Amino acid sequence: MSHPSQDNAIESGRLIRALIYTLLIFFVIYYLLPLWVMVANSLKTLDEIRGGDMLAPPKDITFEPWRQAWSKTQIGVEATGLKPYFLNSIIMVVPAVFLSTFLGALNGYVLTKWAFRGSNLIFGLMLLACFIPFQIVLIPMARILGMLNLAGTISGLILVHTVYGLGFTTLFFRNYYAAFPTELVRAAQIDGASFFQVFWRILIPSSGPIIVVTIIWQFTNVWNDFLFGASFSSYDSTPITVALNNLVNSSTGVKEYNVHFAGAILAALPTLIVYIVSGRYFVRGLMAGAVKG
Amino acid sequence: MRERLQEWVPRIVLAPSFVAVLIVVYGFILYTGWLSMTNSRMLPNNEFIGLANYTKLFGLKHWSIALTNLAIFGTLYILISSVLGLFLAILLDQQIRTEGFIRTVYLYPMAISFIVTGVAWKWFLDPGIGLENTMHQWGWESFEFKWIKDRDFAIYTIVIAAIWQSSGYVMAMFLAGLRGVDNEIIKAAQVDGASGFLIYRRIIIPMMRPVFLSAFVVLTHLAIKSYDLVVAMTGGGPGRATEMPATFMYSYTFTRNQMGVGASSAIIMLIMIFSIIIPYLYSEIRVGADKR
Repeated sequence: MSHPSQDNAIESGRLIRALIYTLLIFFVIYYLLPLWVMVANSLKTLDEIRGGDMLAPPKDITFEPWRQAWSKTQIGVEATGLKPYFLNSIIMVVPAVFLSTFLGALNGYVLTKWAFRGSNLIFGLMLLACFIPFQIVLIPMARILGMLNLAGTISGLILVHTVYGLGFTTLFFRNYYAAFPTELVRAAQIDGASFFQVFWRILIPSSGPIIVVTIIWQFTNVWNDFLFGASFSSYDSTPITVALNNLVNSSTGVKEYNVHFAGAILAALPTLIVYIVSGRYFVRGLMAGAVKG
Repeated sequence: MRERLQEWVPRIVLAPSFVAVLIVVYGFILYTGWLSMTNSRMLPNNEFIGLANYTKLFGLKHWSIALTNLAIFGTLYILISSVLGLFLAILLDQQIRTEGFIRTVYLYPMAISFIVTGVAWKWFLDPGIGLENTMHQWGWESFEFKWIKDRDFAIYTIVIAAIWQSSGYVMAMFLAGLRGVDNEIIKAAQVDGASGFLIYRRIIIPMMRPVFLSAFVVLTHLAIKSYDLVVAMTGGGPGRATEMPATFMYSYTFTRNQMGVGASSAIIMLIMIFSIIIPYLYSEIRVGADKR
């Protein structure tokens, strides 16, 4: 992507280049502004926020809002801070990401290397499933979770995120394995390798990049989910996004903006870190999610 | 015998995922479709009432507000995100030394939850403590920005936040498209004496048609589904000023105990999305098949 010879740069004068850089820097500020507002104001006292300038750096840095947001502030009925909800999100995300990625890899393998009559139709149906508005499944899913005794549990949320993640994970692996040489698979079969041996010993060892892309995609989506969390969780299984929204939009008491900002950063931190550490793979996931075929 | 078994293993492996999707996606769509034709209230029931819920839905002021808001939001969001995304991609495509860093900054909002974005923008645009107050502190006493509290303008604050979140994504799509343009074409045009501006307007931007289409589909689909951002920023208010189909569905189904009407609104949302996604996927898959 960053190969210089592929740029379409037009020969241009110094003035034009100065203008381009000015615009680019302007937009860097634009995109960073909300993050700056959150960070700066999470370190201010409430009085300073009320009386002062939201864009200014804090005068006396205080970490109290962070302590409050993490372990003290009242969310719902209990004054536990966001900590338990953060843990709920982790307990929910890890198995959901692992399961959906693993199943996606198996599905992609079958759909490309063991295609059978009707497998294209199956893929088409799984692909279309990526785009449904989830409002359409809320009512029946609530009933099914109730019947399975999973209503309001983290296991229920894991199930929901796994099944609705399958479309994308299958798509990612299918497109990746479609480019994998089928001759290698056939050769291994002739040597007597079974279905699973081919998968574990030949496909998986060369799937590193797509596994990373899929895990990041799923992690980001499941961590950031709000709709399923709001619909299917109870007070002891609420994920962090829902808890943050409850904190910010609760109508009782004083609005502690600094605590809200600290909480928002806490909720954003895991996905932000993943993005900063492995942005390249994140972008690949976004692109794969936009352009198919 | 072993051969036969080997033949069935792949299907058995694929079966659980496929059956799961068949039930939780397509089965659930059918069930919601059925509920939309019953007079379900707080709980689902099976009393068939035909299309009465749809008639009721389209007679509701609340729903027409939601549709109008979606039209305003969708149009501005798609248009501005696309134009801004293309503009930024072209700027970044001029052999910028710090391109990697700038790209990372432009795209990071996509990694964040809409709830976090909502919280940031909600307080930043709040007249009491946010932008308006800040401008007053800076000495611009007459500055006024109360859109988020104003019934006529609140929807535009959602547009602002949503564009902030997604325009970097569109930028990345266009940048990938620009990098795919053949250098030879541009060089030939330059030899013919075409200016940089003309080359973009007449040659490069028209070549971005497939990217415009992808961006349009992705953004439309995001717009129709948008729920989290509205909940976090305005909760649909002030009054019903920022109600959208997704928030309408949720409140009718789960808080107003009108499940039949809620289900019918979900079906309408599905129809809107499918009428854009299905032709798109169909053409993408066909193009993909032609390439192979």
